This record gives sequence, C-alpha cells and structure tokens, in this order.
Amino acid sequence: MPRPFTPKVVTASALLEGDVVYMTPDNRWSRYLAEAEVIEYEPHAQIRLLDAEMQPDQVVGPYLADVRFGANGPEPAHFREAFRMKGPSNYAHGKQEQA
Amino acid sequence: MYHYNAFDRAFVAERSAQFRAQVERRIDGSLTEKEFKPLRLMNGLYLQLHAYMLRVAIPYGTLNSAQMLQLAMIAERWDKGYGHFTTRQNIQYNWPKLRDVPDILDALAEVGLHAIQTSGNTIRNVTADHFAGAAADEVADPRPMAELIRQWSTDHPEFQFLPRKFKIAVTGSPNDRAVTAAHDIGLRIISRGGDIGYCVLVGGGLGRTPMIGKVLADFVPEADVLPYLESIVAVYNLLGRRDNKYKARIKITVHETGIDEIRRLVEREFTARKVAFTGIDQEWLAGIRAQFAPPVFERDAAAAFNATYAAQPAFRAFVDTNVAEHRQPGYAIVSISLKSHGATPGDATAAQMRVMADLAKTYAHDELRISHEQNVILPHVPKRHLATIHAALHRADLATANIGLISDIIACPGMDYCALATARSIPIAQEIATRFEALKVEHDVGPLKIKISGCINACGHHHVGHIGILGLDRAGAENYQITLGGDGTEDAVIGARAGPGFGAREIVPAVERLVFAYLDLRTSPEETFLDTYRRLGMAPFKAALYGRGEASVNAA
Ligand code: HEM
Ligand code: SF4
Repeated sequence: MPRPFTPKVVTASALLEGDVVYMTPDNRWSRYLAEAEVIEYEPHAQIRLLDAEMQPDQVVGPYLADVRFGANGPEPAHFREAFRMKGPSNYAHGKQEQA
Repeated sequence: MYHYNAFDRAFVAERSAQFRAQVERRIDGSLTEKEFKPLRLMNGLYLQLHAYMLRVAIPYGTLNSAQMLQLAMIAERWDKGYGHFTTRQNIQYNWPKLRDVPDILDALAEVGLHAIQTSGNTIRNVTADHFAGAAADEVADPRPMAELIRQWSTDHPEFQFLPRKFKIAVTGSPNDRAVTAAHDIGLRIISRGGDIGYCVLVGGGLGRTPMIGKVLADFVPEADVLPYLESIVAVYNLLGRRDNKYKARIKITVHETGIDEIRRLVEREFTARKVAFTGIDQEWLAGIRAQFAPPVFERDAAAAFNATYAAQPAFRAFVDTNVAEHRQPGYAIVSISLKSHGATPGDATAAQMRVMADLAKTYAHDELRISHEQNVILPHVPKRHLATIHAALHRADLATANIGLISDIIACPGMDYCALATARSIPIAQEIATRFEALKVEHDVGPLKIKISGCINACGHHHVGHIGILGLDRAGAENYQITLGGDGTEDAVIGARAGPGFGAREIVPAVERLVFAYLDLRTSPEETFLDTYRRLGMAPFKAALYGRGEASVNAA
C-alpha cells in the first residue's frame, strides 16, 4: 500500500554563500522556510525539484525536505532541517544573526 | 622549520590561479556543480550545512607566528572572526563565501600554506606527533620523514586516484601521541642497537569499520622507507576495492587479503621499486632534516622558575596539567587548551590566534603546533618565561588547566556544521565540560579522554576515547551511543559498545554516572579511568549506566 505523501518543500544551498534557501511559489529562492512553497502532491514535487535543478547558477544540491504544518506555516519535520533553518547551536551565526 | 622551496611556491601559486578561474567559470555558469565539486574538493572547499567550509592543511601541525597571524587575518577578513582546529591538525573556516576563496588561497600561499590534498582519494596531509622535536621521550624527530612523504606524495601521478583517501601518521616517541594505529599507514621510529628504523603499521582506521593497524614490518631502515611506502600504496592501488566505497580503505584490503599476503606482495613490489630509488630521496631527506634543526637553545633557561612555581598556586596548577617535559634541560612544552569550559572544542578567535602567535615569537623560538586533540602547543619554551606566558594566556581566556582531563574533549563539528552528521557533537561537549566544572571533580578524576563524533565516520575519534560518544539519528531524534575502553596510544584499542544509546538530554547524566562509578571503583587516585575499566571490565560501568536489572538484560 503506498504510504501517504508527506508535504514537502524544495530546499538547497545558495551558490555564492552556501546559505540554506527554499523555493517559493513564485520561483524565487528565499532564506526563510515560512516563504517556501509547500507541496502536497507527489508529481508536482518532482516537477518543482526539476525546476530547481535547472538553476545551477543560483543553488547547489536541491532536494525535497519533509515539513509539517504549524501555526506560522511550514515547520521542519526532522531535526536536521530544523538546524538548517536556524543555524548552528554553538554561536548565533548564520540565519540567527540575520534575524 | 620547513620553508617552501621555489618549486613548492610555483606549484601552490599555479593551483591557486587555476582555482580562481574555475570559481569564475562556476559562477558564470560554464561549469556545472558536478564538474566543479571535485575541483573545489581538491582545493579543500566543502559545502556544509549552512555555508562553505575551507580546510587548510597544516603539515604535521607545525606553524610559525607569521602563519598563525595570517590565519587570524583570514578569520577576521573573510570569516566570522574565528577558526576551528581539527583532529587532523588542520584549520577549518566555517563561513567563507565562494567568491572570496581564491583570495583566501592567495593569502595562505603568501605564508606557505594551502588547502591541497585535504580531501579526495589521495594521500592526505601527513600528521605527526605534536611534541615532535621537543619531547623528552623522543627517539628522533618524525617531521623530516613526514615532510619527505609530503613532498613525495603531493601530486604523485600514480597516486592521485587511489581507491579511497589515504592517511599517514608518524611518531618518533614510544609514547604514541599521533594515533598511528588508527591510520592507513602508521610509522613509529625506533632505535635498535643504535640504528634508527621504522616500525610500519598498516590498515588502521576508524569510520564505520574501526580497525587497529597491524605491524607489516617491524624495522625498515630509513633509506628504505619511501620505496617501502610506495610499494604499500602500489599494492593497495591494485587490490583496493573500487566497487564499494565502504570497503575501499586499505584496512578492508588488509582484512580481506590477510596481513601475511599483503606483506609478501609489498616485499615483492619493494624489490622491484627499490632500484628506481637512486638515493635522491635520501639527499632530500638530509636537506629537509637541516631545516628541522632544533632552535638554538638558551643556557640557564629555567632561571627563577622554581620559586614562582612554589609561590603561585594558579600557575602551579597550570604547569602541572598543561606543561610537559622537554628534551632540553630548562625548557618545557606548553599545551594551550582550546577547551575552556563551555567553549567549542578547537575554536580559537582571531584575537586568541594573535596572542598565541605573539607569545611564540617573543618567548618560544617562533614555533607553534596544532595537536590532534584540537589544542595549540608551544613546543620550545624556556621555563623562565612560563609565568609570563601563563599570565598572557589567562588574559586571553587561554589558560584553562585541563589538558588530558575530562573537559579536554575532542568533538567533531557534528550537525552544527557537517552535512554528513546524524546528530550534534559540540553541544554535548560543551555541556559535559560545564557540568564537570560545576561539580569541581575534574582534577580528582584525573586523566580521562572523552571523544565525540556526530556520525559513524568517526572524525571525532570516538572509537579510541576512554569514553567514546557517537551521535546517531534514532527514529528522528538525536541519540548517543557510548563506547568504553578505547585507547589511541601505542597500546591502541577500539572501545566496546556499552549498550543502548541515550537521548540528547540523558547523555550528560549518563556520563556523570560513569565517572562517579569510576571514583567509587578505583583502588586509589592513581588508578585512572582506563586502568579501572581494564581491571574490572564492562559490567560495573554498565550497571552504572543502565541500573543492575537492565544491565543483565543488555548483557545478553
Ligand atoms: C565537515 C566535513 C567533513 C566531512 C565531509 C568528513 C568526512 C569524513 C568521512 C566520509 C570519513 C570516513 C572515511 C572512511 O571511513 O572511509 C571521515 C573520517 C575521518 N575524518 Fe572527517 N569529515 C569532515 C570533518 C572532519 C573534521 C572536522 C575532522 C577533524 C576534527 C575530521 C577528521 C577525520 C578523521 C580523524 C577520520 C577518521 C579516520 C579515518 O579516516 O579512518 N573530519 N571523515
Ligand atoms: S564524524 Fe560525521 S558528523 Fe562528525 S565531522 Fe565527521 S562526517 Fe561530520
């Protein structure tokens, strides 16, 4: 029996800084998960991933990451994605300094 | 210390110019990531979780003050004001921007540093005892041989596409501080009837299949070492498995082929290769050795040391834990701890790097070392300067007296930085150090090595920690597995798994239970944690971790 599809976002690293980015519904790359396009339909996820892979001048290593719906939009389903969203825990570097 | 010759300089400059062009072509879209990735890795540039990471080689961990100052400048100008010293005696910058990397490489080249062969399936940065040339127990300085190996292996045409990466370590002391038994090849300099030779270990390694190196030859004369190494690498190049990355390291080749068969093949290869070595390598070695000549030591270097030692308790505590015996009377080796309680193991700010550089230059023959334990060493310190150095270190938060103690933890970057990680390592190290500092038992506990890795690759050496901690992902939560009894010295042992892992909140209390169990179990304060474990085995420690009932269940 096929497993139910978990919602996903397309995420990658920005080419110039290596910063974590998310694909938005209007085809931008945002630094914030809240702005990401949440994909709830498997074939569409594959298409969006292909779209991302066609932008090697902007991002490196795009992939689909699981998310859950939270109070303020999508939230990471796995702790690895939570760390990517937030930045390292030993210094307030990365996204924490921009926030 | 070793200075680049014209060939080295031209080579590094050319590589840097090439990489600048490659970065441009990646940014303008004419190189795909697939094409670019191997090129950037060849230059030490990784892409991690939050940013790029640049890994800079520090051959056998030796630096002068100008190089340390340049590392500080780079940290400030192109990174976030700090650098991370690693178990491979490298420095890693966690935040460089792609466009800046060619400039960073140029700045490194100005002081004879580079990032070449810090990755890829090549012979990596050769590591050596961080007390080399200074230790009282040393037979001979291992660095000339390490440097000869570096020169021979850099861009060696036969060995650019080995089955897998290849790591070599050299020690010149019977007390192995270079973890030679956990390297693809480990070399130990020994003296036999006044002749210097090398005991050659092969097939050690950590990672997902940890193995202790086996003795391939117990005494190789110095003149034969390079052809002998070349023979080993050639045999491996042919036999090593290229079908499965997890079985590609030489440790697996040795395991599958058997040490006796490997020895036969290496010896056959050696006979053929030895004739091609016309002795030119020995001329090089003599030239290199001259560059590693010891500094001109002062006479009466100890001066008023004893009086200060007796008079100042804080200084005395520092000397007792962080200062080791030097081969030269009146001198000492100072280990500067990059593990102040609660700090990230191995991190140093640009300001701290400058303090260490200045101290080396002013008082300590302009030499610094990076240890695989992620600390910085001043190898040649006249004892009369120790008190001044201690005071200056103290002002820079660098005087923590914890070398070899429970808070002197090795931790890999883990999931705070590393893209391969399955859990974090740094916060666990921070918490353990802070906890034991609060309990004030660190000095009572004595020598205890805790080593933490954030995944099975074992960059944090957890297999050879007296207490090893491996961070895993168990059903979507961080989980930490404990191994006990590991040892990275000349009597190297891979630690044994204690049982089921602990969650992120339970792991520090679990370590605390282990340590208090040890304090109860030891026969005297002289019996170390490792000795106690060796005497009693796993059972009482397991009981401390899991409680009596569960321990017997888990023992099944
Ligand atoms: C963050 C980027 C890093 C990556 C991608 C990485 C990758 C790896 C991999 C894949 C292995 C397993 C090799 C094998 O078993 O075949 C390994 C082992 C190792 N790495 Fe790292 N590592 C990283 C950082 C570090 C750091 C920061 C250190 C030093 C603190 C380090 C030192 C080592 C050591 C000592 C080993 C085990 C020895 C052995 O090769 O068997 N690595 N690394
Ligand atoms: S052990 Fe794993 S998590 Fe730690 S640095 Fe190595 S690859 Fe990364």
